Amino acid sequence: MQFGVFTVGDVTPDPTTGHTVSEEERIRIMVRVAVKAEEVGLDVFATGEHHNVPFVPSSPTTMLGYIAAKTSRLQLSTATTLITTNDPVKIAEDYAMLQHLADGRVDLMMGRGNMGPVYPWFGQDLRNAIPLAIENYDLLRRLWREDVVDWEGKFRTPLTGFTATPRPLDGVPPFVWHGSIRSPEIAEQAAYYGDGFFHNNIFWPSSHVRRMVELYRRRFEHYGHGPADQAIVGLGGHVFMRKNSQDAIREFRPYFDKAPVYGGAMPLEDYMAQTPMTIGSPQQVIDRTLSFREFVGDYQRQLFIADHAGLPLTTVLEQMDILGAEVIPVLRREFEALRPANVPVGPPLHPRVAAAEATVAGSPAVLAETTA
Amino acid sequence: MTTTTRSLVVVTAGLSEPSSSLLLGDRLAAAVERHLRESGLEPRVEVIELRAHAVDLANQMLTGFPSPSLQSALDAASAADGVIAISPIFSGSYNGLFKSFWDAVDRDSFRAKPVLIAATGGSPRHSLAVEHAIRPLFAYLRAAVVPTGVYAATEDWGQGGLATDGSLVERIDRAAAELAVAMAARRSAGPQDAYADPTPFEDLLRR
Repeated sequence: MQFGVFTVGDVTPDPTTGHTVSEEERIRIMVRVAVKAEEVGLDVFATGEHHNVPFVPSSPTTMLGYIAAKTSRLQLSTATTLITTNDPVKIAEDYAMLQHLADGRVDLMMGRGNMGPVYPWFGQDLRNAIPLAIENYDLLRRLWREDVVDWEGKFRTPLTGFTATPRPLDGVPPFVWHGSIRSPEIAEQAAYYGDGFFHNNIFWPSSHVRRMVELYRRRFEHYGHGPADQAIVGLGGHVFMRKNSQDAIREFRPYFDKAPVYGGAMPLEDYMAQTPMTIGSPQQVIDRTLSFREFVGDYQRQLFIADHAGLPLTTVLEQMDILGAEVIPVLRREFEALRPANVPVGPPLHPRVAAAEATVAGSPAVLAETTA
Repeated sequence: MTTTTRSLVVVTAGLSEPSSSLLLGDRLAAAVERHLRESGLEPRVEVIELRAHAVDLANQMLTGFPSPSLQSALDAASAADGVIAISPIFSGSYNGLFKSFWDAVDRDSFRAKPVLIAATGGSPRHSLAVEHAIRPLFAYLRAAVVPTGVYAATEDWGQGGLATDGSLVERIDRAAAELAVAMAARRSAGPQDAYADPTPFEDLLRR
């Protein structure tokens, strides 16, 4: 199972100090978080894509290419890539290029965005969100898999004799997740292609997350990609930890109360009761996270929100230290012990990454480390 | 559910206790029940007082998801064979609590659903708010709103119980009879569950 962090890249004032970082500082913080993820033993860093303030990450492959050069093992991903308003031709080329620069350490997650006006700003119509996600992704797949594409659809100019360049690294396209909070069409799309399905698992109660994942798993089997329990599922999560759970709640409450996505609504305690958010001790985070498999089954990727809501970088890095030292090692061991042998241990990796991992895993040093 | 049962959900946005909107809702529901029974149908009535869901509705606006108790109220309204919707008139229209509930319902589940609209107010001068404010809201939901909307001003409660032409009692009975006829004609299909029964991807791809 893979563990990692995902970031929305918001520029939010720190509610405890009133300080707001500059865009430059915010971008540097995102990069620092990614590098830190590798340092503390996480597997994945995923960035959002936004074209509206107060968010900075409008150009994910630029950022991920830079992070690729600063890391050697970290899987680079997105949460999410806008399949609706981006030209699928440009997505195909950008992420193939990134694969080459990152030695295959790339996958990506399709999403539809969170703000209506972005559609007209990019020449599209919000009412076509689902049809755009469907048509654009179908073209994207072909651009990665067919050297020469003739294509005609509704939403972009036709293509005749077009070759997306560069071709995917070693001819293997990046693995794709489809992220959706509540659209059954997107779970259906992920199932149809045998791609991964990701639920952000933050804003909605687990009863709802369960329905979306159940739909995806059932239809994954229906479309002949294998048994439902072998479908590739990813979840998000939101945690904040201190040794003493009351300290965690006291420290995080002002950020929760002012956070753009939660702010001004119910008290933190009610939100934690109704959603999978966990603010408490590392052990509480371990217990809650392990419980996710009870409503989605054994799954392959767990991402946590790291930097957001104006949290200072030092706090974010402390949180990642706790994750890396106290939480993830236990979760790895526990999830692995519970996983049935027929369930994939993680999402498909690029063959180069899989080969590198096999080499590392088979080396005596690492074997000694894991048995110690 | 057998075909002789009809579920009726009363949604009232009255704020005071006791509430004249709830009083009107009870009278309307009782009249609908009587008409359904006369047609050989068994009514099953549920009353939703939005006052109890006010904080959850505000939270839902901000967080995007309903609490478990608000979800069951929304589910009940979505699954009903007929709905009676009542608001007190504030500032010339339905109140904010009323609107926030209908903003949260699944629009598709209201397509062609029989709905009776009603309102209460202190003065008879606000009576057309039923037609100018509440009726268009349900037009948006594509509900089948019965022709008679019922408005009860404070003074209407002092008219006595006679079903004289144009009296509150007569209007309640007329509207209830219209709703009962629409509910009797309705075949209880229940709302489609997009998670249990998704549109096959081949169909989505061809669109």
